[in-house]
Order: sequence, then C-alpha cells, then structure tokens
Amino acid sequence: MSEILFQIDGKEVKAKEGMTLLEAAKSVGIYIPTLCYHEKLEPFGGCRLCIVEVEVKGWTKLVVSCVYPVEKNIIVRTRSEKVDRIRKMIIELQMAHAPDAFDLQDLAKEYGADKNRFEKEPSFCIHCGLCVRYCAEVKKKNAIGFVDRGIRKEICFIPEIASKECWNCKECFPLCPTEALQAAFVLTEAFAFPGTEEEKKG
Amino acid sequence: MDNNRIDQIIDRHHSEASSLIQVLLEIQSEHHWLSKEAIERVADKLQVPLTRIQHIATFYKAFSLVPKGRHEVHICMGTACHVRGASRILDAVQDQIGIKPGETDLDLKFSLETVNCLGCCALGPVLEIDGKTHGKATPGQMAEVLKNYE
Amino acid sequence: MNRINSPTELEEVRKQILSTRDPNKPCITLCAGSACHASGSKEVGIAIEEEIKKQGLSGSVDIRKTGCHGYCERGPIVVINPEKICYFNIKPEDIPEIVSETLKEKKVVERLLYVDPTTNEKIVHEHDIPFYKYQERIVFGSNSSVDPKSIEDYLAIGGYAALGKIFSGMSADQVLDEVKKANLRGRGGGGFPAGNKWEGSRNAPEPVKYVIVNADEGDPGAYMDRSLLEGNPHAVLEGLTIGAYAIGAHEGYIYVRQEYPLAVENVYTAIRQAEEYGLLGKNILGSGYDFVVKVHQGAGAFVCGESTALMTALEGRAGEPRPKYVRSNVVGLWGRPSVLNNVETWANVPLIINKGADWFTKIGTETSKGTKIFSLVGKITNTGLVEVPMGTPLKDIIFKIGGGIPSGKKFKAVQTGGPSGGCIPENQLDLPVGFDELTAAGSMMGSGGMIVMDEDTCMVDVARYFMEFLTDESCGKCVPCREGMRQMLKLLTNITQGKGKEGDIELLEALSETAIEAALCALGKSSPNPFLSTLKYFRDEYEAHVKEKRCPALSCKELINFYIDPAKCSACTTCARKCPSDAIIGGKNKIHIVDQEKCTKCGTCFEVCPPKFRAITKISGVPVPPPIPEEQRTIVRGGKKDE
Repeated sequence: MSEILFQIDGKEVKAKEGMTLLEAAKSVGIYIPTLCYHEKLEPFGGCRLCIVEVEVKGWTKLVVSCVYPVEKNIIVRTRSEKVDRIRKMIIELQMAHAPDAFDLQDLAKEYGADKNRFEKEPSFCIHCGLCVRYCAEVKKKNAIGFVDRGIRKEICFIPEIASKECWNCKECFPLCPTEALQAAFVLTEAFAFPGTEEEKKG
Repeated sequence: MDNNRIDQIIDRHHSEASSLIQVLLEIQSEHHWLSKEAIERVADKLQVPLTRIQHIATFYKAFSLVPKGRHEVHICMGTACHVRGASRILDAVQDQIGIKPGETDLDLKFSLETVNCLGCCALGPVLEIDGKTHGKATPGQMAEVLKNYE
Repeated sequence: MNRINSPTELEEVRKQILSTRDPNKPCITLCAGSACHASGSKEVGIAIEEEIKKQGLSGSVDIRKTGCHGYCERGPIVVINPEKICYFNIKPEDIPEIVSETLKEKKVVERLLYVDPTTNEKIVHEHDIPFYKYQERIVFGSNSSVDPKSIEDYLAIGGYAALGKIFSGMSADQVLDEVKKANLRGRGGGGFPAGNKWEGSRNAPEPVKYVIVNADEGDPGAYMDRSLLEGNPHAVLEGLTIGAYAIGAHEGYIYVRQEYPLAVENVYTAIRQAEEYGLLGKNILGSGYDFVVKVHQGAGAFVCGESTALMTALEGRAGEPRPKYVRSNVVGLWGRPSVLNNVETWANVPLIINKGADWFTKIGTETSKGTKIFSLVGKITNTGLVEVPMGTPLKDIIFKIGGGIPSGKKFKAVQTGGPSGGCIPENQLDLPVGFDELTAAGSMMGSGGMIVMDEDTCMVDVARYFMEFLTDESCGKCVPCREGMRQMLKLLTNITQGKGKEGDIELLEALSETAIEAALCALGKSSPNPFLSTLKYFRDEYEAHVKEKRCPALSCKELINFYIDPAKCSACTTCARKCPSDAIIGGKNKIHIVDQEKCTKCGTCFEVCPPKFRAITKISGVPVPPPIPEEQRTIVRGGKKDE
C-alpha cells in the first residue's frame, strides 16, 4: 500500500492508504475527541464529535475524521473556532440526555459546554451504538439492536437471546458512556426473563 | 399465518437476504401485521439476525408489530394538504375515534395513520379510509364519515 | 408476440402497428391517473364502456385510458380525439351526452368545457387552455397519448426508437458523450450532471455495475414521478436501458415507494411486455447486450429517497445513509459502481438520444437545460402537474399557468424543494426557475414540488411543519440531525404556541449551523432550510410570535381566538348548529357568542358563517373582548339591531 503524506495541526504525517484521518492522528499521538469510536469496531460516524477542518486545494471543509480517508497534501486542523463551536453544541445536545455522564462532563469542561442549555430529555441513551455494534461485530450474538428512527430511535434487547447470552458476557457494559445500557438490560431482565441468579448463570 | 405460507413467500424471493424488506412487505400485506412467530421464521430461513428485522420492522412505517384495525384511516399530512388545513382534520378524527396516529382502538375497529402525500393534492385536505379517498374534507364532516364504518 | 430481433425489425413492427391505426378515427380518452381515480374516474370509465356499447359504436370508436394529463384540479378529464376537445370534472351521468353529442353528432357539449375565468369564454381545445398553453410538455405530454398498460401505444408514438438507435452502431462512449453534451442535470433534487455521474461509474474498475431508478418521491406535495411512472413506464425503462448500456451495467433496480400501488403494477406490466418484445432482458434487439430490471418496493421511509440510504434499503437493511466521501457511483450498491437517477431524469434520456443534445441544450438557461415538471399545489387555482422550460419566471408558472390564488386571497410565498428547500416571497417572483437561481435565493429546485401559500399561511408554522416531518423521517444516526432537530422542533413548536422566548431564534440559528456543517447526509444538512428561508424573508412573523404572542396570519391555534362581532351577527344559528364542540351560545334572535373555554379552534364557524354577514373574525395578540351582557343580545327584527 502506498504512503500518503499530509499535515495535521502543523505536524507532518505519513499514513497508509485506506487509513482514516482519526487513525492517522492517533498514530502520531494527536488527540481527537470521540464518543462512538472503538478500535475493534467499524467506524460509525454517528456522534460527529471527531469533526475536523480539512483544507484541500484552497477550499476548507468540515469532515468526520473517523470515516474520512487520508488524502495526500491536505492540511488538517483538529481545533478551530468553528470546530470548537460545533463540538460544544454536540456535547450540549448529548447532555440534554445524560448530563451526569463522566465522559460528557470531561468534554464539557474542555469546550465550555453548558449542560443546561437544553431541557432534559427522558432517555439517557446517547445513541453512540457501541453496545449494538460490539454485540454484532465482535461477539456476533446480536442480542441488542436499534429500533425505530429519528427522534424515537432507541436501543432494545432481544429477550430470548439476552436471557441466554448476556449474563455470562456483559462485555458491552463498560463501553456505555452513560450507563443507559445497563439500565436497559435490567429493565429487560425484569420484564422479559426474570429469574434467580443461579437460574440465569445456567 | 402458517409457516408454509411464509416459506412460500421467501422462496418466491429466492431466499435472498437482500429481499428481506420485500418478504416482510408481503407478509404485512396479507396478514396485516408482523407477528413474533412470522419474524422468527423469516430470521431463521433468511439467516439474518433478529435485531436486523426488529430494526427494519420499526424503522419503516409500512410495518406493524401489533394487529391493525379492520379499517385503516390514513390522513394526508403533505404540504399541500397541510396548507389547506389537514391538521384540523386530524384533530377531528382523533377526537372521534379516540386514538393517536400509529394506534389502533381497543375494538380493533380503526387504525389511524398519517401519511405524507397521497398525490391527490387537488382534492386537499384528503383522507383515505380502506383505500377510498375522501377529498375536500372538513372537520365538521368527520363524525358522519366515520359513523358509516362498522 | 414475436420477439423483435434487430433495430430494423423494430421499425417494421412500428410501421405495422401504425398501419392498423387510423389517426382520424374517433377516440375517447379518459385520464386514469391516481388523482383522477380519487375523483371517480373508475366509474366514469365503466360508464364510457357501457355507453359506447349501448350506442352501437364499439367498432368505430376507440376507448383509451391514459396516464395522468396533469390538470388534476379538473379531473376526471375526458378528451375526444382527434379534435382534442377537452371536457372536465366529468361524472358518469355526463357520458351518454358526450357520446351522443360529440362522438356521434360532432357537436360540443358546452357545459363541460373549460371556462376562462377572466374572459368567461368557453375554450374547446386543449392547446388553447391557459393551463396547457404555456407549458412545454416534451416529457410529460406523452402521458395523454398512451395507455400505460399497452406497449403498442408507446411504440406507436415512437417509443424505443432511441434504443433502436443506440443498438444501430452507437458505442457506449458515444451515448455517454451525448448525455454529457446535453448537460442533463438530475431532476431528483441534487441537480448533479447526470453525464458526469455516469462517466464516474463507467470509468470505475469494478466490472459489475448497477443502474437504479429512484422512484421513492418522498417530498410531500410532489407527485410528478408517480404520474410519470404510472402513465408512461416504458419511457423510464427505455431511458434506464440506454443508461445501462452507456456505463456497462447489466442489472437495474426500480425502487418505488409502496404508497404507489398503481405505479408498481404498471411498471411490472411494462417490464413483462418489454421482455416479451425483446426490448429488455437477454440479447436486447439482437445486440447481444443483456439487461434485467428488478422492482423493489419502499416500506415507508422518506430518508430512503437519499441515494445511499436507498442503496442500503435495496440491500435489505434499514435505510441509514452512508457518508459520501467515496461517491456511490464508484462504491455504491454492494460496494459496486451504481448510477442512481430520478424517474424524470431517466425519462429525458430517450429524448436526448432521439433528438440530440444540440436540440436539448436549446431549451432552458445557460446552466439548467431542458424542462422540469413541477407539481403546482396548495393555494392555487389550477392544481396539477406542469412542465415548463428551465428559466420560466416563477410568476408565469403561478399566475399564467396556475391561474393565481383562489378566493381573492393574496399570494404570500411559494415553497420549492420540499423539506430541504425554502420559501420564495412575492418580491422574488420574477426569479427564473433553474437549479442555481433557486439555490441562490435560499431555496432549491428539489424534486419539483411547488407549494403556493397565501396570506392565511403562517410561515413560522410552515417551518415547524417541515421540522416535524423531518424529525419523524430522520434515520436518527447522527447527533446534529437527530438531536439538533429534536431541539429545533421543540423551539419552533413553542414559538407557534406562544411560548417563545428571547434568544430562541438565535439558538435555532446555532442549531442550524451545526446541522449544515456536521450532519451525515443531505436530509440533515438541508433540514434547517425551511427555517432559515422563512426567517430570512418573514422575520417579522417570528418576532410577532415571540415578542407579542401574535400570529400575523391568524393561523396558529394557540394564538388565535374566534370572535363573533355583535354588530354583524344576525343570529342565523348556522355556526351554533355546525360547531362540533357546542361552543357557541345563542339562539333565534339572540346574538351568538363563542365560549372561549370550549372552543377547539377548528374553524368550522368561520367557514360556515354566511358571506353576507361575515360576523366571525379571528383575533390574535390582543385579549378577546368580553361578551356583551345577555340582556343586550336580543335582536329586534324589522331591520334594527340592539346595540
């Protein structure tokens, strides 16, 4: 594979063709914030937090670095007034769901986000999709998935599969930035497959 | 719906996973809903995860995971009808039947849906009941129109 | 039917079909499009068949049920050929007279003719009627000449000649060049040059390629593609096959929304017939080129009209769009080069091949060539589908063809481009329709929906309406769209309900920027457009809602009250009787008053109050005057009223 040379934040970067901007940045120790990225999973491009400015042939545009493929001679800026402004808004929108999530609070401090900018929403899932994608791509059990679309989109367990697989696995639990996943699991368990601990452990 | 019928539909689409939505559309159209058993059969035969069908069945408006009523009331909320007062028609129908869009009443008599554009903009506001179009509707007429359905 | 095995044979078959058709033979045509269907054309059709038989004309008069004629306001429509006498708003009872008078006696039935509203003159022929006269129906016009279920009708009007031409020695490169030269820009919304899109796929190294027809037509108020696909499916198939040949695809898909059952049915019939005739499928016209077409139905998701979401749906998944950093004409359906174009775009292709790119480029403007079909709907006298050359001023479409605003109301704005577009106000009515012109004005061409709004339309509510639509239809994957629109909808709803606060408009603008810059797909990126364009041209309405809790258009329910002017009420009791909530207090000779507690603002009283009284008014932004005391409400007859 050929080598691609470009710049991130003034630093020269040598990347392999097919890498994303995010992977290239990581390889040279440049940090870009993410919420829905995980190195074991296909890039999702859902949270949009990792947007960066890319200047190519004199034109500047905003792209999502976890998905955008590296290109030669581009100039990438991971922070700018616009990038920061949009990241702040994204964090504030997410905090309407989960104002107390540690990851979001750290990000809020960095970008000056106000957790009370928006009225609180009842669901504290922020739709990063890490649980759904981990179960599908890594564990290949598909015990949890998305339902519906738009503002009604939520995560939902398949009780029959969850009752068999989840108790002994729970690998997705630490991935959830807001613990909405654990809450969803407990609710599903309570309604769909209640039982004693021994029964569940099989 | 029995498994034979489902298998027939699947075979007609050559058991291809990419025909999943087409298969589900046929089942929905014949049976008026997607039962748990039907979904599990399709997942098994097409070798697709249940989560994918669960997502599709809730993502697309054509599918229903609960049985629909005997009479399907569709109110057009397209822009042309909206501009001619469709939301007042919706309010009147909601008051009459007592359910919100997406719901079915307890007697399984009426199912209410909003749709975006039936393509009869000249007759707006429009509502469709069991495929029959009622054009130039007014809120005052709704009680009369709905009374005719058993 | 024998397969046609060469372009020469095709022309022979065509000659043979024409030889059996006498152009002067009387033919009664009935528009069988979906809109006319909803107006009762099925019963009219039955009446025609029965009457023709009854009057012994079965051999001497043809009956043809055609595709949509476009003048949907006046359906059902009957046209007598060859004279092209047009009769409108036909009921089954009118048929016996039409058959006896016009078909037999060659006399015109005056009461069924179009009447010009300004001159009161009755107009007989289609081409003299203003609605049709100012259009240039190069694509849509064929609808009225063909029965969509008959491939022979399509062949009789010259159909598949373009296909014959390309298989008579045109190389794929030559076809591609012609389409590029014609500068055919996508008619689905993006306006991207089709030739460039095709070229990208053609040059992609992957050998398996696809062509796709986007017949998802989700924009509410737009139904051009429906009428084209229902009314003349062969034109679309022909264009698709030509495109497949140009890029080297052997498999095509037609993605039709399932809300269009008649279009699905007619497309299946057309495919079957084309395959029988050797115009589709294996070894087309004996050329050795194979091309098969499959039909896929949508399942009720507007986002699937977005090209990458559509491809995801074709793969049997939930229609979530993909990032377009690698274009779908290179990596598309199943990762392979896929050319996706709109129904109308494909329907233009046979014309370009038949008449040449030079002919095509003479129509339209510098940057927008050809014609565009618009669905002209809303507060407009002549609702229907109109086809005009690019560059036609908006005011011509709305006033000359559309007949202006009904009921003497004033034009306020025209919304183009569907939920991704914007509103264009009165002072911009000279704007010529074209891709770049509409975008520069803050709207966009979109698929062609043109919704006319009058003084009674609240522009803040229009923005709220589109936001509600989009929050329902968003796929929900990315934060700027899902969460951004969630908050925008809340803000806009609050504003229309009188709960708007200082700073709301600025927050809406900030959310708009986030969506435009960071959303995943075009649905999200263009979702703020209705808000931004209405804010740009109607900012005063927003400020009235927020600062004065007043709706200038007297439309937002929570901000208006219905009030009966005691000086004008003459106690005719009409409103009290019709009120569905029993909210009007009054009786014979007693001035009526509205019980504001019970009133649900349905507007029925406003509509039924006789015009000679006009006693019911809508007020907004000011408190309702207290009702006059009961003793003073008695009306003394004899011409005098109590004050």
